[in-house]
Amino acid sequence: MATETHDATGHGAEAAAGHGTEAVGMPQLDFSTFPNQIFWLLVTLVVIYFVLSRVALPRIGAVLAERQGTITNDIAAAEDLKQKAVEAEEAYNQALADARAEAQKIIAETKAEIQGELDEASAKADAEIAAQTAESEAKISEIRDGAMASVSEVAKDTAAEIVSALGQSADAKAITAAVTARLKG
Amino acid sequence: MDQFIPKPLFGGDVINWYTPTTVTLWMALAVLCVILLLVLGTRGRAIVPTRVQSIAELAYGFVYKMVEDVAGKDAVKFFPYIMTLFMFILFANFLGLLPMSFATTSHIAVTAVLAALVFVTVTVVGFVKNGAGFLGLFWVSSAPLPLRPILAIIELISYFVRPVSHSIRLAGNVMAGHAVIKVFAGFAGALGLFSFIPIFAITAVYALEVLVAFIQAYVFTILTCVYLKDALHPSH
Repeated sequence: MATETHDATGHGAEAAAGHGTEAVGMPQLDFSTFPNQIFWLLVTLVVIYFVLSRVALPRIGAVLAERQGTITNDIAAAEDLKQKAVEAEEAYNQALADARAEAQKIIAETKAEIQGELDEASAKADAEIAAQTAESEAKISEIRDGAMASVSEVAKDTAAEIVSALGQSADAKAITAAVTARLKG
Repeated sequence: MDQFIPKPLFGGDVINWYTPTTVTLWMALAVLCVILLLVLGTRGRAIVPTRVQSIAELAYGFVYKMVEDVAGKDAVKFFPYIMTLFMFILFANFLGLLPMSFATTSHIAVTAVLAALVFVTVTVVGFVKNGAGFLGLFWVSSAPLPLRPILAIIELISYFVRPVSHSIRLAGNVMAGHAVIKVFAGFAGALGLFSFIPIFAITAVYALEVLVAFIQAYVFTILTCVYLKDALHPSH
């Protein structure tokens, strides 16, 4: 390595080499290695540039774009599903409300029907009761009339008997007229 | 400073421009790492990425966003170029931190070529895109008229100093870190029983250098984006 060190100091770094015991100087200022470094640097840069611009960067860019797309799609799908869920809930609520309304209707109809039957039955019962009442009243008035007739007959007979017992002959017509007048009160 | 000397890989002392040297080896390893990460790591093209693939995607997104944010949307066509610079510098810096390795980015020849490429690209793009309007970059129209020629000279100098600072910043940072570690290592040999102090120091500096390796790659890349922005939109 000694020869190379001498080369280095000889070429570019005499000033730097002056104060070092190593007598190395700055290898960075050894111009003899510059063409080599520059050549390999350019090769390196060209290789990296082509690898990046042809393979790596388009690929990574595509992956990032694809991921972005996937995320956007997923969010859209989630929105869609959410919308569907809301619609389903609305439909469910609607169905529930419909069922309730139907039930209310059926209840009302049934109630009305029962009420109608009830009214009919009670009207029929009322009519029967009225008929029976009328019949009973007729019987009662018949009985009463019968009783009145019997009373006037009994009264006439009794009056005739009483008159005859008092020893007088009774005029049937006069007794009847008297009893009738008395009964009318 | 032996670790900075490029050596022929297959013996001999003569270094011609085509000789495979340690430079070749470590640059090739950097290329290999880039391919491993960005090509083999993404070969699954998985929607749900593997670990390596997500690192590759992270690097892609990091640089892509940097180009888009700093240089503008119309700079996106330079993205592969900037990504190349970033990935190369990043891996060259990291590989240079391996013990016994050769840090290619510690050489001014390498960083100067990188910076010169950026400089030439930016200048050519500036003139192709804007024609003579690119010179408006040096004519500060918001300044008072008498000041403008002076500012133009300052702007012109700063423009041409850009590649110098751009390259020396990277090479200097990488080299300085290695040199500091080497100095501490020299202490460790000399101090005997108390050598644990420089060893701790080496550990700390090494951690710092890992950070610097990334930051310098980032700085180089973002400055490239800034220069590119100047070329695409030269107005102040």
